[in-house]
Amino acid sequence: MTEVDANAASAGTPVPPAPEPVDSPPAAGPGPRRRLQAVAVPGTLVVTVLAVFSALVVGAVIIVATSTATLTAWGHVLHDPGRAVHTSWTAVETAYAALFTGALGDPAAYVHAFQQRTAGAFVAAFTPLSETLVDTAPLLLSGLAVALAFRAGMFNIGAQGQIIAGALAGAAIGLVLPGLPGTLHLALGLVGSFAGGAAAGWVPGVLKARTGAHEVITTIMLNYVVLNLLVYLLGLPFFLGGGLQVNAISRPVPAAVQLPHLAGPGLRVNGGIVVALLAAGAVWWLMRRTTLGFRFRLIGASPAAARAAGVDIPKMVTLAFVLAGGLAGLAGGVQVLGVANQLVPNFGEELGFTAIIVALLGRANPTGVVLAALLFGAFQAGGLQMQAQTSIPIELVEVIEAVIVFFIAAPQLVRQLYRIRAQGGGIRLLSQGWGG
Amino acid sequence: MRLELQGIVKRFGDLVANDGVDLVVEPGEIHGLLGENGAGKTTLMNICYGLCRSDGGAIRIDGRTVHLASPKDALRARIGMVHQHFMLVPVFTVAENVVLGQEPVHRLFGLLDRGRARREIREQSERYGLAVDPDQVVETLPVGVQQRVEIIKALVREAELLILDEPTAVLTPQETLELFQIMRALRASGRSIVFITHKLGEVLEVSDRITVMRLGRVVGRTTPAETSAEQLAAMMVGRAVAFQVQKGSARPGGAVLEVADLRVVDDRGGVAVHGLSLTVHAGEILGVAGVQGNGQTELARCLYGLVPAAAGRVRVDGADLSKASSRRMARAGVGYIPEDRQREGLVLSFSVAENLVLDLFDRRPFAAGLRYDPRAVRANAVRRIQEFDIRSASPAAPAATLSGGNQQKVVLAREFSRPLRLLIASQPTRGLDVGSTETVHRRLVEERDRGTAILLVSTELDEVVALADRIAVMYRGRIVATVLPSTPRETFGLLMAGVAPAMAPGAAP
Repeated sequence: MTEVDANAASAGTPVPPAPEPVDSPPAAGPGPRRRLQAVAVPGTLVVTVLAVFSALVVGAVIIVATSTATLTAWGHVLHDPGRAVHTSWTAVETAYAALFTGALGDPAAYVHAFQQRTAGAFVAAFTPLSETLVDTAPLLLSGLAVALAFRAGMFNIGAQGQIIAGALAGAAIGLVLPGLPGTLHLALGLVGSFAGGAAAGWVPGVLKARTGAHEVITTIMLNYVVLNLLVYLLGLPFFLGGGLQVNAISRPVPAAVQLPHLAGPGLRVNGGIVVALLAAGAVWWLMRRTTLGFRFRLIGASPAAARAAGVDIPKMVTLAFVLAGGLAGLAGGVQVLGVANQLVPNFGEELGFTAIIVALLGRANPTGVVLAALLFGAFQAGGLQMQAQTSIPIELVEVIEAVIVFFIAAPQLVRQLYRIRAQGGGIRLLSQGWGG
Repeated sequence: MRLELQGIVKRFGDLVANDGVDLVVEPGEIHGLLGENGAGKTTLMNICYGLCRSDGGAIRIDGRTVHLASPKDALRARIGMVHQHFMLVPVFTVAENVVLGQEPVHRLFGLLDRGRARREIREQSERYGLAVDPDQVVETLPVGVQQRVEIIKALVREAELLILDEPTAVLTPQETLELFQIMRALRASGRSIVFITHKLGEVLEVSDRITVMRLGRVVGRTTPAETSAEQLAAMMVGRAVAFQVQKGSARPGGAVLEVADLRVVDDRGGVAVHGLSLTVHAGEILGVAGVQGNGQTELARCLYGLVPAAAGRVRVDGADLSKASSRRMARAGVGYIPEDRQREGLVLSFSVAENLVLDLFDRRPFAAGLRYDPRAVRANAVRRIQEFDIRSASPAAPAATLSGGNQQKVVLAREFSRPLRLLIASQPTRGLDVGSTETVHRRLVEERDRGTAILLVSTELDEVVALADRIAVMYRGRIVATVLPSTPRETFGLLMAGVAPAMAPGAAP
């Protein structure tokens, strides 16, 4: 006879339906529900801060391991262990103090400036902060360029090329159209650099939209195309000008087209940081307060649902890349019209790649990107000072930046190091971009 | 090998997936494990295969307690599993896939011994009538053959107990019969098989003994000789089979959806819908019944503009929308409840509020021009959550945190929040608990009574019979017949098997 478990069969027991994980991972980890909550709760701030801290610790180890003074002291560690520790501590302290004061300024100098109240003292005190902001502006703009594409589910590795395209357009507009009123000319230059970057972003965007070509490949390749375009154009008389030029360096753009200094001629800080912060606000507004941003987030989070909801995905992919390219182009414009004032073959250096780190560290949201760009701007400015004051090369800063990426990309590592149980969303962000 | 599970408990957060499950699989038997989606069958077998750890209970093999912390442990204990989604490398050959992870190495040179791998596969293949060529590349093989490659993988690893997780879900009827032959041959060699399914007919046909699960518990143990499909169904769902849907008779109006000679090609290039024609009137529910995989999914997706029609005509309220996008369909007053709600119906990382406006976010009152108004979206969410009794922590909670039933309520609430002319509902209650199923059914009938034309696609015949006013039975991309719900079950059985009766009793116009 059929045996029925009366207890269970009597129904009415309000047991919720059990999830049946169809393809749960082999790891005996959290259940599907908890995993989903982990995605939902981005308790990542702690992880981010600890990643930066850990990277500084790694940097300290490198300082100790590469300086001759500390190595000598450690060579005699058996004789004088105190000295080894003391020397190491001093080396790290000196280096990081230089990094800090180079980025944010020396407290003593600020006190001095406010006591003396002379222009020279103020300039001296505020130079580090000014330098930090000067470095922050292009990082912020290009970081936003990567972050915006990220949110729409795409990896923009082409910020570098888009920066150069923007700088080219900005510089070209600065060099032609003489006689325009300065402000208008400058505005045109900035708009032009946005358009130049947007054009460079349009190419991978439209390729992806029309043919499905993966944006990582096309943007990487386009970087070389734009870079070589720059080198070629720099050889033309238009950019070189009439003078006797040995190096391929363009004429400087006229002063009228240069971004105005914000705090007098002594400090390099200029309108670029204002443009960048406005852009960050604009990106926040775009993503959270416009239907276009909703569409971007929708295609980024779930292309299938976006399609079912009637979103024109190819159009959005193209548009997201155009806007991202435009932001990167603006970074190039700000750099050429605010800082460099002329084009060189290695214009922008590694800016477009650091931008990826900035976007990653800022979790691809505008506020985060602002903070990450400030941090990296500070590293850049402070690193130069550190190089000048101690024997430690600025490359250490790059190492620290790279180590930050390591920890951000592997949040599990940070959690294990510090025994945190919180779950983070870093992994999700990374893996999602590739799905687009 | 005798596998004994005793008091297995598994919790996911506050959900109890397995609640003290006892199960014995005797040597040389095919043991059917029957239950609805979410009954805890797969979870139980994942525990046996070391994919998840139980929170309580014991696993014994031939009387000895074993601890299975990983699939490796399970394989060592001679337990093999064929998953619903195959774990094969598409670009590798059968032989390469089979040896992957324990590659036989040539004694002399330390190279991969392909010859030995091939020999072993041929041996197993011939012995159990698997008909698998070791040199074929896996991605070129039909699904049924790929499944056999998975079986060979387990056999080569000397599994004595095979767990087959919903193996027939992806098979054609012919392939299913072949699989049953293989299962019988394996049983004859003394191996045991756990056959997970929710299809009553199959479990009756091939099992020696049957265990029925519901809501994480074993609710019945029986044999095919002692039971019937009706009894099993009653055990599975915990009540008499017939869905009780309160509804009056339909008052159909004019034709809303007219489909003529529709042809749809699926993404693998096969013809999924073969010149299909149907009409749905205002205020009626047309049910599309049929065994899964006969083109219903493609039909529904095509009608909503998600897959282009290869040929044919689709009209909504007389307007030709044969080539319309899903956006135009939505604008024409067509609602869509997708089969795969977590993929197409929702964005799991978005909030409930945002999910409630996925296709409305760019219209008033949620947007004006480019501006998007989160406050209006939230206000809408508060209303819908109350109206549809969606159990959510807050409108800002991500959809991923909701239960399946509540997720489906979000989809319904969204689709019903604009005036509909036609609703395409594809498997609207799949995987839902009884309470949520009733809610969905009630809402569908209410929508019908409001004058909306409803096309209901479901592979649950009981659901179609309970809800629909007319039923079109689909087989291999065609409609075999359109009949009334009062048609005898045997007739439905014949129709779903593709037998077109000259005079189906109760045939509707």
